[in-house]
Amino acid sequence: MPILEMRGITKEFPGVKALDNVNLSVEEGEIHALVGENGAGKSTLMKVLSGVYPHGSYEGDILFDGAVKAFHSIRDSERDGIIIIHQELALVPLLSVGENIFLGNERARGGVIDWHETNHRAKDLLERVGLHERPETIVDDLGLGKQQLVEIAKALSKNVRLLILDEPTSSLNETDSQKLLDLLLEFKAKGITSILISHKLNEISRVADTITVLRDGSTVSRLDCEGGISEDDIIRDMVGRSLEDRYPPRAPRIGETVMEVRNWTVHHPLHPERKVVDNVSFHVRKGEVLGIAGLMGAGRTELAMSLFGRSYGRDISGEALIGGQPADLSTVRRAVNAGLAYATEDRKTFGLVLDQTIRRNIPLAKLEAVARNGVVDSHREAEVAETYRDRLNIKSSSIEQEVVNLSGGNQQKVVLSKWLFADPDILILDEPTRGIDVGAKFEIYTVIRDLAASGKAIIVISSEMPELLGITDRLYVMNEGRFVGEMPTAEASQERIMSTIIKTGQAA
Amino acid sequence: MTETTSPHAETSPSTMGASFAFLKTHLREYGILFALIAIMLFFQVATGGILLKPVNLTNLILQNSYIVIMAIGMLMVIVCGHIDLSVGSVLGFVGALAAVMIVNWGVPWLLAGVICLGVGAVIGAAQGFWIAYFRIPSFIVTLAGMLVFKGLTLWLLEGQSVGPFPAQFRLISSGFVPDLLGGAEMNLFSLLIGIAVASLILGLAIRTRRQEQTRGINDEPFAFFAVKNALIFAALVYMSWLMADFRGLPNVFIVMALLIAVYSFVTSRTTFGRRIYAIGGNEKAASLSGINSQRLTFLTFANMGMLAALAGLVFAARLNTATPKAGIAFELDVIAAVFIGGASMSGGVGTVVGAVIGAFIMGVMNNGMSILGIGIDWQQVIKGLVLLAAVIFDVMNKKKG
Repeated sequence: MPILEMRGITKEFPGVKALDNVNLSVEEGEIHALVGENGAGKSTLMKVLSGVYPHGSYEGDILFDGAVKAFHSIRDSERDGIIIIHQELALVPLLSVGENIFLGNERARGGVIDWHETNHRAKDLLERVGLHERPETIVDDLGLGKQQLVEIAKALSKNVRLLILDEPTSSLNETDSQKLLDLLLEFKAKGITSILISHKLNEISRVADTITVLRDGSTVSRLDCEGGISEDDIIRDMVGRSLEDRYPPRAPRIGETVMEVRNWTVHHPLHPERKVVDNVSFHVRKGEVLGIAGLMGAGRTELAMSLFGRSYGRDISGEALIGGQPADLSTVRRAVNAGLAYATEDRKTFGLVLDQTIRRNIPLAKLEAVARNGVVDSHREAEVAETYRDRLNIKSSSIEQEVVNLSGGNQQKVVLSKWLFADPDILILDEPTRGIDVGAKFEIYTVIRDLAASGKAIIVISSEMPELLGITDRLYVMNEGRFVGEMPTAEASQERIMSTIIKTGQAA
Repeated sequence: MTETTSPHAETSPSTMGASFAFLKTHLREYGILFALIAIMLFFQVATGGILLKPVNLTNLILQNSYIVIMAIGMLMVIVCGHIDLSVGSVLGFVGALAAVMIVNWGVPWLLAGVICLGVGAVIGAAQGFWIAYFRIPSFIVTLAGMLVFKGLTLWLLEGQSVGPFPAQFRLISSGFVPDLLGGAEMNLFSLLIGIAVASLILGLAIRTRRQEQTRGINDEPFAFFAVKNALIFAALVYMSWLMADFRGLPNVFIVMALLIAVYSFVTSRTTFGRRIYAIGGNEKAASLSGINSQRLTFLTFANMGMLAALAGLVFAARLNTATPKAGIAFELDVIAAVFIGGASMSGGVGTVVGAVIGAFIMGVMNNGMSILGIGIDWQQVIKGLVLLAAVIFDVMNKKKG
């Protein structure tokens, strides 16, 4: 008997049908994957389930344990043991692990917190998720992978029966992701049911028992994984067409070296004795797509940001040459003028002014190009925004839409537009497709290919190795602040990259 | 104000429907203007027509000029994501400095005025320096500034009031635009200025609408556009007619109007203005887009200091004396005006015109309640509630949209 059944769920927002007669059936004790492109309705469906959209604001029935439920708030659904862990972690950074686990559910007597009980029980829960940290540890001092585990421990503290994880590994490195998936399998063995929302199809095919695919607010298919399932099958259902090739075909025409960096060293801003980037040298050529592979925390983002106007780190040393001449990259402004651009991995925090319109965001890095004597020519500004909206196919009602209301893929296109408009010679893209659906990824790969074809040098930092293998010409492997390997992409493989990382890790 | 309702007669029901629908989606932008009109109408009726008597209207503008001037600077500070608590004290300090220089030392008033503006800019810059380059929270830096300049005002004046000012200096606040046309009954020149400015604003609005329509980004129904601009035009002409009937446009009014025009333009149309909104919206993203957020923050505070100094001169000239108590708690009125005007506490949102309207909402309430003989006690309570209501309205409206 299914533990959860959602029948004929329809949810409308003014002007949009976000969910149209969606059915979801989850068996007790299984890992059920929910996949679909961004905007397919996964989050909306989970918000209906958890009571964020209260009973009555949607059509259809929710059956949990065979009984019809009418949840009016998250508290209601949590009482029945349905716990959601969101993509953005909901931990209070400056409180301890124990405090976070029991936040809102404090171990207390008469309003006075029982610290002994809190920390004692927290310790048990931490052991269950395999996290060997003291409950008194401040959450901020833990890495993202461990914070994710704290979230799960928090869910366990609430007698979870159905655990829903929304993109749990999107910000985790390979090792932490594997650990998390192992934990899910362990929970499954103990009879806890989970729903896993993810874009990473390799993870899904590894752990899921059943897959429900959503597309444009409707259930497209329900796939049984028992007989084995191919990623291509899932993708076909997700996008409604077969993606023969997930990467656009390309014919690179590589020219001379445009940028060269020698002996670049960067120290940690707060712990000056620590080298975050250690004596790194590299070059990139015209028309080339260069990849930088490595695990999370390898220092790739720090390398890129320290080059881009010294936006990260202190005691930076080394040489950067652009077009054979020493380049002044000491401020972002100067780096942009020297022909460098950096599109951040964290578009919401570092890439966009969320409350402003597409039109305002796109020209931001080169506002003077749409202005005369310091006065913005709004006509020209609108033209620029329209041009890039068309060229990158930014799905929006108009250029006057605020970027906060765009989907992740379209936000990323706005960030890209901003830097394309600044017209750099060298463009560094940090995790350009993180949290973006398959269709939008393909579009962004196409933009990258076309930029390279027009003679730009592109540096792609990515934690998704298939992506690097699919779109780059040459790869550097970075580990613990150093470049530990260089290879033409034609000769590279996931295994070769991983072994390069692991070998240097052992040597250190 | 019967002439303002006439355009309604020509609009058919369907275009009126479109206008109301448009109004509903843009309630946030226009709500504040309607609030001001409603409050003015209320007090006009409640005071038996005293509110819009020429002499009172003129007074109203004189009384609020220094708040409006500071609200313009504060709007930019708040959009940038900061706050300035020191403006009241800076106003008092600069007024005291002007008095000491002009009255005690005999410095020519024009020179003293320029020095005072410079001192204000330096004070703002000094505070902005710590805020922008050392990332000391603006709340703390300007709280310190508030105490420091309150103290320095006392020290400078040695606890006494200093005055009176020479007549020419007083003209800043108490002077009127002379009637170059020699009207017998009323100040014709002032009326002409009023009509010219109203026509200019109308012309600009029509031009902008045409430009936007050719690009297809204007969804404002014509009926709404017509009514709105007819109202604005009529209100401006009516007000200048009222003031012309008394003694003409006050000099301060001209100064204020110029500041509003210049700073509206700066905030909405220049790269400098755009960048301030970007910094307030997301400082990290702005910095990584090559915007020098430190320098712009610094300049915003320097500008605030200068405007506070200008307000200090206007206030001192109006009282004709500098007192140790000048400017106390003014920062609260200024900040309230900016928030009533729709600015966001977290930065990145707000307009100069909104802040000015916010200042006048406070001003009209002060004035109206005083005429009605409501005590200072209840005035405070009511103003507090209005501030709260305005911000609640804003937040609810944002959630809905």
